[in-house]
Amino acid sequence: MEPRRTSRTVSDPKVRQVGFFTSQHHHHHHHHLPERSFSEPPLPDPFHTSTSTSSAPVTDVSPSGNLLSPVMILPSRHHSDNLHRLSHRATSPTASFSYFARAVVVRENDDSLLSPGRRGIAVKSPSSVVAASSFPKEKAGGASVEVQNDRPAKSKPLKQKTSKAERRATQEAQRAAKAAAKAFFNLLLKLAVDLYSLAEGSKTSAAVPGPVNSANTKTAKSPKSPSQKNDAVSVAAAEKKAGDRQLEKDRKKDVPHPRMQYDDQSRVEKAKRRAVVKQTEARNRVELFRHLPQYEHGTQLPDLESKFFQLDPMHPAVYKVGLQYLSGDICGGNARCIAMLQAFQETIRSYSTPPEKSLVRDLTAKISSYVSFLNECRPLSISMGNAIRFLKSTIAKLPLSMSESEAKATLQADIDRFINEKIILADNVIVKHAVTKIRDGDVLLTYGASSAVEMVLLHAHELGKQFRVVVVDSRPKLEGQLLLRRLVGRGLGCTYTHINAVSYIMHEVTRVFLGASSILSNGTVYSRVGTACVAMAAHAFGVPVLVCCEAYKFHERVQLDSICFNELGDPDAISKVHGREEINYLDGSTNSENLQLLNLTYDATPSDYVSIVITDYGMVPPTSVPVIVREYRKEHLWI
Amino acid sequence: MWWRSPSFILDRQQQNDTASRNPESISLSSPPPSMADTLQNPNPNTSTSAYYQTRAVVTSDWLAQAQAAVGRHPDDDLPVNDERTKSAAGDAGKPFSVIDEFNSWRKQPDLAEAVAAIRALAAVIRASQATTMMELEIELKKASDSLKSWDTTSISLTAGCDLFIRYVTRTSALEYEDFNSAKSRLIERAEKFGEISCKARRIIAMLSQDFIFDGCTILVHGFSRVVLEVLKTAAQNKKLFRVFCTEGRPDGTGLRLSTELAKLDVPVKLLIDSAVAYSMDEVDMVFVGADGVVESGGIINMMGTYQVALVAHTMNKPVYVAAESYKFARLYPLDQKDMAPALRPIDFGVPIPSKVEVETSNLDYTPPQYLTLLFTDLGVLTPSVVSDELIQLYL
Repeated sequence: MEPRRTSRTVSDPKVRQVGFFTSQHHHHHHHHLPERSFSEPPLPDPFHTSTSTSSAPVTDVSPSGNLLSPVMILPSRHHSDNLHRLSHRATSPTASFSYFARAVVVRENDDSLLSPGRRGIAVKSPSSVVAASSFPKEKAGGASVEVQNDRPAKSKPLKQKTSKAERRATQEAQRAAKAAAKAFFNLLLKLAVDLYSLAEGSKTSAAVPGPVNSANTKTAKSPKSPSQKNDAVSVAAAEKKAGDRQLEKDRKKDVPHPRMQYDDQSRVEKAKRRAVVKQTEARNRVELFRHLPQYEHGTQLPDLESKFFQLDPMHPAVYKVGLQYLSGDICGGNARCIAMLQAFQETIRSYSTPPEKSLVRDLTAKISSYVSFLNECRPLSISMGNAIRFLKSTIAKLPLSMSESEAKATLQADIDRFINEKIILADNVIVKHAVTKIRDGDVLLTYGASSAVEMVLLHAHELGKQFRVVVVDSRPKLEGQLLLRRLVGRGLGCTYTHINAVSYIMHEVTRVFLGASSILSNGTVYSRVGTACVAMAAHAFGVPVLVCCEAYKFHERVQLDSICFNELGDPDAISKVHGREEINYLDGSTNSENLQLLNLTYDATPSDYVSIVITDYGMVPPTSVPVIVREYRKEHLWI
Repeated sequence: MWWRSPSFILDRQQQNDTASRNPESISLSSPPPSMADTLQNPNPNTSTSAYYQTRAVVTSDWLAQAQAAVGRHPDDDLPVNDERTKSAAGDAGKPFSVIDEFNSWRKQPDLAEAVAAIRALAAVIRASQATTMMELEIELKKASDSLKSWDTTSISLTAGCDLFIRYVTRTSALEYEDFNSAKSRLIERAEKFGEISCKARRIIAMLSQDFIFDGCTILVHGFSRVVLEVLKTAAQNKKLFRVFCTEGRPDGTGLRLSTELAKLDVPVKLLIDSAVAYSMDEVDMVFVGADGVVESGGIINMMGTYQVALVAHTMNKPVYVAAESYKFARLYPLDQKDMAPALRPIDFGVPIPSKVEVETSNLDYTPPQYLTLLFTDLGVLTPSVVSDELIQLYL
């Protein structure tokens, strides 16, 4: 027991890294404090410590190390608690059934709150995977009775870890319960309840599930052994891991966060509770894309607007940008990224460190909350993720000795530099490179509206190159029209067509210029939906495909399809055509159970269909994107 | 698998012949006396970037192997030293000119143009009267520009000059030294670069030996000194193989290669350029050189390489490219016309009516997807690594 405890505290930081945990405890603590203080007065100190330190993701060796194993999470307690609790129990010995029932409900609630966090751990640390995988089974019970039955079983092994006396007590209680069940199940039910709850009360805080336990002793017993085993496994793993923990931790920083899976009910519920933006989820979602968020369009905006003055933690600049994302006023990777960075700049300008807090930590936390707000408004693009990563690392690297005003000025200047170097100057370099690939007499095809491609075309025109542009567009956004207007306004010869005609128009095209939302490590171009179609058509016709993309949009992730990660747009946008009542055949049937509308926003173009990537580091083949990511990282560290 | 090769029987006969030749080839493989001093001092310059440091170490390693294996090569260093003293003596009389220097280097038949340019540029540094780093850099830039303009169509010349400047002047450590020691360091580095470039061919020949198996048939297109070196080394290693040479119109480069190979007693067959597809099923691998290796990993080479590669790719035969790393160019052609055209008059033997247009381009671009591997002095690379190397060097 002793070695296990130490090892657990050693692997503590692992747990602390999981974002869900800290807020979990917050939530728990605040909402259920009254009940708990009544039902389990000697609240195990880990909870206290974790709530007090939760804002700091530091690796302090705290009792909450017990949290490593998912099985151990709930009533982690200490020897010292026992006496205390016992005495407290004594003062309120008449644990009435009704009270327990109420308490059980509360506990159940707690558990559903905690489970996402636990699952988060399972994803993060391989050592606890086994344990966690057994966990959903228990939870999957769903129906309250089953859950209640499971409860004591789950807490029992935990209790066994506490002390010999306790273990003996538990065993006795179990034996008693079993005997009772064997004999007159129904008759002795009440007795068993009392017996169990008494035994329970004498040693633990959770005590809660006592009464229901006897309802079905068998179920109560069965999950015990697996959980014990899991415990052993996770402990062994923890001991083994203790050595390279630091290394693991560093590596984990690099690992992208597990993405929120929106088909995971409990996590969605949890996230919703914290959400600022209240969104109604769309009903008939396509099965394959259930893991992505999809909301009824237009439900959030009024709600958000009304909240404008209530939400004090959100800086107005961030709020404004969030609303603009939501309403679609700002779109396009670069525009969104710049808007976000400028909003952050604004917040930093008006930021002052609260007393007894450090700027580095507090500001990082603030930025994180802004980011999650923006993410609720519209899922962040990969480029924005990179920019946020840059900002956070800049904040983290501020020397502690720096004064607040200095730090703020540095940060603002750094953001400015990022916007300038990584976006504006990068675009200029891209234009310079791309223009060399345009010859007189070319027919250039572009899809959607990429700001980089637009700059390339305009610059080539300014240089006096003679070429023609084919703008290919698609419903529902029709972004190409905007590009078309600007190009025609500058005197370029343009052809406008919809993507339906791309195979027809392609044979006269000599170059295809595409923009990208992001380019991933395997060279996959992640871009506006339809890009893959255009690239494949071009490939079939032997037309070179040039992708213009700033290097800050590169990401080390690898993606093979457009399903795992994508953004779902408003399904109404594809089912309705505004101003054309006579062809809106779907009116009235959009709520049908049998109809599932899928409005994807992005798609993934395999690197085979991309001839060249034009980036601020020059013209490279798509296979060299990881090389640049690597080099860019290095540069990132220097900044 | 090799015993099913149609050429195997032929090679078996050959085996008996080579057995009688063995004694002389053994005597050839004894290392030359000068090997020792080239092997010393593998990495004297510790302030070079990590990139080239590792390369240099590996290179000298390979060099040792290559020399031990090849052994028989006339030592390049001796004429080098002669030239050096000669040019140094010439300096006293008339003002230094890169082009003259370049031309004097170019007289050596085995020396590639790019290497001659690199040697000439090294001489520029040596002869420079500059007193500041900036001045020297400008001088160097000017010299390389004039070299590049000497033959604008030669990709390896341009690439060699660029790489030299990049390699020699790259590093901030130079800024903290006084000018003279910085200059001597530049010279040192320039020498090293020239040396690596000189040895590149032998390293490539060494590396490619693993890929030539007994009984194989190799199709070669164009005349490339690297490919010749590869085949020569293979013959010296008593590998049994035969070579198909394309004719290489219009300048008959294939004819030249076939005569060279015949001298080595390698069985050679000449094909007209249009017989490539016809004989491809007999071929086990295709070997080509390169004028330039571009950033996509594709190559720019003599006209016809693209179609040879296409045919080989369709018939699932590997296409190997032998190219020195100084041919790596920061170019990215998207298609055949996306290059500065290198034109060459073609003699058709009969008068061509003036109304008939003649395609006179001399180079074509082979995209990377048709190439299997590149043998370079940096190692055996897949096409996508070329860009990796270039990015690391130029970023």
